[in-house]
Amino acid sequence: MIADVVTVAWKEVKELLAMGGNLRGGRIGIVIMVGVFGVFLPLQTGREWVTSPMTIAYWAWVPLMLVTGVVADSFAGERERHTLETLLASRLPDRAILFGKVAAAIAYGWGFMILMFIVGLVTVNIAHGHGRLLLFSSSFTLGALLCGLLTSGLAASAGVLVSLRAATVRQAAQNLSIGIMLCIFVPAFGIPALPKSWKASLMQAAMALSAAEWIAVVGIVLAAIDAVLLLAAITRFKRARLILD
Amino acid sequence: MTFRTTNGTAIRTRELTRDFPRVRAVDALTLEVPAGIVFGFLGPNGSGKTTTIRLLLGLLEPTAGRAEVLGFDVRTRAGSVRERAGALLEHTGLYERLSAIDNLEYYGRIARMPATDRAARIRELLTHFGLWERRAETAGSWSRGMKQKLAVARALLHRPALVFLDEPTASLDPVASASLRDDIAGLVAREGVTVFLTTHNLLEAERLCAQVAVIRQGRLLTVGRPEELTARKGTRVEVRGRGFSETLVSLVASRPEVRTAAMNDGRLFVDLRDGAEMSPVVSLLVGAGASVEEVRKEQASLEEVFLTLMEEER
Repeated sequence: MIADVVTVAWKEVKELLAMGGNLRGGRIGIVIMVGVFGVFLPLQTGREWVTSPMTIAYWAWVPLMLVTGVVADSFAGERERHTLETLLASRLPDRAILFGKVAAAIAYGWGFMILMFIVGLVTVNIAHGHGRLLLFSSSFTLGALLCGLLTSGLAASAGVLVSLRAATVRQAAQNLSIGIMLCIFVPAFGIPALPKSWKASLMQAAMALSAAEWIAVVGIVLAAIDAVLLLAAITRFKRARLILD
Repeated sequence: MTFRTTNGTAIRTRELTRDFPRVRAVDALTLEVPAGIVFGFLGPNGSGKTTTIRLLLGLLEPTAGRAEVLGFDVRTRAGSVRERAGALLEHTGLYERLSAIDNLEYYGRIARMPATDRAARIRELLTHFGLWERRAETAGSWSRGMKQKLAVARALLHRPALVFLDEPTASLDPVASASLRDDIAGLVAREGVTVFLTTHNLLEAERLCAQVAVIRQGRLLTVGRPEELTARKGTRVEVRGRGFSETLVSLVASRPEVRTAAMNDGRLFVDLRDGAEMSPVVSLLVGAGASVEEVRKEQASLEEVFLTLMEEER
């Protein structure tokens, strides 16, 4: 099973890297992202790049965007390019196909996030180190990597789930974008709309948690959502339905 | 790698049926495909050929009936069937952004072929199809004929016991079709694989297939060796000469060995029954005073058999 997952992921990553010219999923997009998160922002932020909690938010957001840009293609792309039926006619078990596609999307998003993480560290040391080595703390590094991994997982599971049913890549990408916009805008507009007493209680609860506890809570919530989405995708994966759809 | 077959039978279906909301795509199909032959599955568009392949690969569940492929029930052991079969379906299924070699590498890995065997087999097949020199090019940059050859190579890569080829030469020009047909015939002869071939090209079926089945609207109309089917249609004989009258034509038509007789443009056309001889008819003509200058026998083609079957079912 693991060998099959690796095989599917191998092909997916090869295809992702072979995609050229596509601004969101292609090389140009990656170069821009590395430029922004690996060079520009560390230069702008200065020494705080290695200490500010805001940086962790970047490392949660970057893989989410990277994975969203490519995962819509996972099943809808195969359907659109007429490769899905041949794949389904192979000996691969359902879960190997599904997990292989999820794994490839995570590897892509998380892999480039780590690259940007390292490039950013190099940049901030060159520009603002002044002879001292600037490093992220171990808890910061762990938190950033964990958040990046879980948001990659979130985008990958949600993307595969949407892509399973979408007729085209465009439709999958649209549905996924709408879902992500809802995830961002509902809390952004919902929290300010809450009654004052509720907001005060929320604020109090938030202040009571340390940064590490915050990361742990967010991590648990993300992991739970990832698991639910993955289970939904497993349930939805039916060879006959994929062919007839 | 060798695979079991059931008493020399690669595919066995019994009353296999598949319904869709508004149509019965496959209707009580009972069929036996012997192992080691090219079996042609013929029918017009929408006759249920592709649905049958999907049922045999376990990609769709039958509504009723059962099917065994390489000894495995497609309802319960579809994974085992897919492991032992290769398929070129309606589309080539190639990853056009990947190179030809990566396309084969992927399916070789899926089939869990050891790395050295995989590399050797890929080289062997690409060389056989004349594609080895261009292996590093992306499949998307290739002509349709080359892609089709690559897809056939992919289907044969893991040395399957059974290969499904769904209209492999459709949309190819005559030269590419002939080349692919020769390649398939060569590989089949060499590797002893069973091929389940659907095609619209009846000449191709006649040349490649040891047995053919004809379906229409999901129902099996006939099955047999191409020469049996063409013989069943009888032999058409053209007689050139003089002195053929309507009375004589009626007399010829009444003979037991004659199915039909008709006169056209001064020539007599006689359809003989299966295995019937023409000499008694010629004797009759000569005895009745007609002068026979030339007798030309024509065996019916598979295409004529196919068209007749379609006509009869209408």
